[in-house]
Amino acid sequence: MLNLYLFQILNGLGLGMIYFLISVGLTIIFGLLNFVNFAHGAFFMLGCYLCYSLLAATGQFWLALFVGPLAVAALAWGAEKILIRRVYHLPHTFHILITVGVALILQEGAIIIWGPIGKSIPMPDVLQGVVIMGKFAYPKYRLFLILFSAVIGFLLWLLLERTRFGALVRAGSESTEMVSLLGADIYKLFSLTFALGVGLAGLAGVLSGPIRGAHPFMGPEVLGIAFVVVVIGGMGSFGGALVGGLLIGLVQSLMTTIWPEGASLMIYGAMAAVILLRPYGLFGRA
Amino acid sequence: MALLEVAEIHSFYGKSHVLEGVSLEIGEGELITLLGRNGAGKTTTLRSISGIVRPKSGAIRFEGKDMIGREIYEIARAGIALVPEHRGIFGLLSVEENLRIAVRDGWWKLSDVYDLFPRLYERRRNGGNALSGGEQQMLAIARALLNNPKLLLLDEPTEGLAPVIVDEIVKVLIDIKRTGMSVLLVEQNLAVCEKLADRHYVLEQGRIAYAGSAAEFAADHSVRDRYLALNG
Repeated sequence: MLNLYLFQILNGLGLGMIYFLISVGLTIIFGLLNFVNFAHGAFFMLGCYLCYSLLAATGQFWLALFVGPLAVAALAWGAEKILIRRVYHLPHTFHILITVGVALILQEGAIIIWGPIGKSIPMPDVLQGVVIMGKFAYPKYRLFLILFSAVIGFLLWLLLERTRFGALVRAGSESTEMVSLLGADIYKLFSLTFALGVGLAGLAGVLSGPIRGAHPFMGPEVLGIAFVVVVIGGMGSFGGALVGGLLIGLVQSLMTTIWPEGASLMIYGAMAAVILLRPYGLFGRA
Repeated sequence: MALLEVAEIHSFYGKSHVLEGVSLEIGEGELITLLGRNGAGKTTTLRSISGIVRPKSGAIRFEGKDMIGREIYEIARAGIALVPEHRGIFGLLSVEENLRIAVRDGWWKLSDVYDLFPRLYERRRNGGNALSGGEQQMLAIARALLNNPKLLLLDEPTEGLAPVIVDEIVKVLIDIKRTGMSVLLVEQNLAVCEKLADRHYVLEQGRIAYAGSAAEFAADHSVRDRYLALNG
C-alpha cells in the first residue's frame, strides 16, 4: 500500500514537471509581454504530434526531443512576427480572440494531417522497462521525465537569473519603455521570449507523448491546467509555476488513487483555496 | 553644426496640444537647462526627443540625422539617454543588474560609475526597490552613463531629494560635464541650474519664451519674475 502511494507521488512529480514546463512558458510570456496566450495548449498538442511523427519516421527519441521543441518554437517565432505582435497594444480580449483563432487553426491542422483519432506513442527503446530499487520498481521513462525536466528547469532558471537576456526579460516585465530607453531592441526581446515560452510548451508536449499519446483536442484541457497553475503560483513567477505545477501534479495523481472521480474537482478546489487565501497567488505580487 | 537640433516640434497627448512649436539647440559638450512652470511642456520635450512621444510635425536632428519616427531603442542607440522623472529603476533586479543591462561600448565602464557613486558599489547586491530616493537617482544616472550616450537628458534629477544629496548630484553633473558629454537638464531648482548651465531656455505654454546664456540670464531678473516666479 505504501508502495502504491510512493508510485503515485513519483507519477505526480513527473506530471507536475510537465505542468511546470507548460506553465512557466505561459507565465514568462504574460510577465514580459502582458500577453494572454490561449494558443499555448495547442502548441503543446503540436509537440505531442511532432514526437509521434519524428519517432515514427526516425525511431530516434533524442532527435524528437531536440527537433520537436525547436520546431514548435520556430513556428511560434513566425506567428509572433506575422500576427501576434500586431495585437500587443490592444486589450486582453483581443489577445484571447486572436490566440483562440491560432489554437483552432493548429487543432484543425492536426486533424487534417494526423486524423481526428488520437495516436498512441511508443516508449522509446532506450527508456523502456523499469528501474528496481529494493522492493520498489518504477518505469524508467517516468524517472527520466522527472530528472530531465528538473535539468531543463535549472537551465531555464540560469537563463532568467544569470544572463543579460534574462535580466532584460525581468526588467521588461516591470517597464518595457524603460528597457527600450536603455537601447534594447524590445521587439526582438518579445519575439525571442514568445518563442522560448511556446517552445517550452512544445517540449512538455514531446516529453508527455510516450505517456499520454497525442490527440487533436488535448489543447484546451492542457491550457486550463496551465492557467490554474499560473493562478496558483502567481502571474509572471518562475517559482510559482514550479510549486503550482508540482502541487497540481501531485493532487491529480494522488486523487486518482483516493477518489478518481474527484481528481479534476480537487484541482479547481486547490485553486479556489489559494485564491481565497492569497489573491495574487503563492509567489505573486500585486 | 549643433549636436541636437529641435525645430518647431508639435506634440500631443491625445487631443491636448502640449508642445506648440518648440525649437532648441544643443552643441557638443554643452550643458543646457530647460526651465519653466509645471505643465509648460518640459517633460514632453524630453519625451519627444527620446521617441516616447512622437511629434506630429517639426524636426529633430541628432548629429544631422532625422530622429522623428525612429523607435525608442534606435534613438537610444544613436546616443541619446533619458533619465526619466520617475527614474525607472527595476525593483526586481539588483543594483548591479540594473547597471549591467545598460552597458554599451564606450568610455564609461561599470567600475567608473562605481567610482563616481561609491554608495552604489556598497549596495550592488541590493534589490532596486530597496534603495532610497537619492540612491535611486544615482542609479538612474549611473545607468544612463553606462549607455555611453553623446547626449544625456535629465528630468528633474534633484526633485524630492535632501539638500546634501542634491549637492552630491550637482558635483556628479559637474564631473559628467567635464568629460565632454552634452546634457539637457530639466530642473526646478534655479540654484542648481545656475551652478551648471552654459545656456538656459524657458518654456511657457508649449513654446520657448526665452533663450539666453548663463550670464545674460543671471543679469536679467525680469525673466525670472515673468516666467518662473511661482517656483523661483
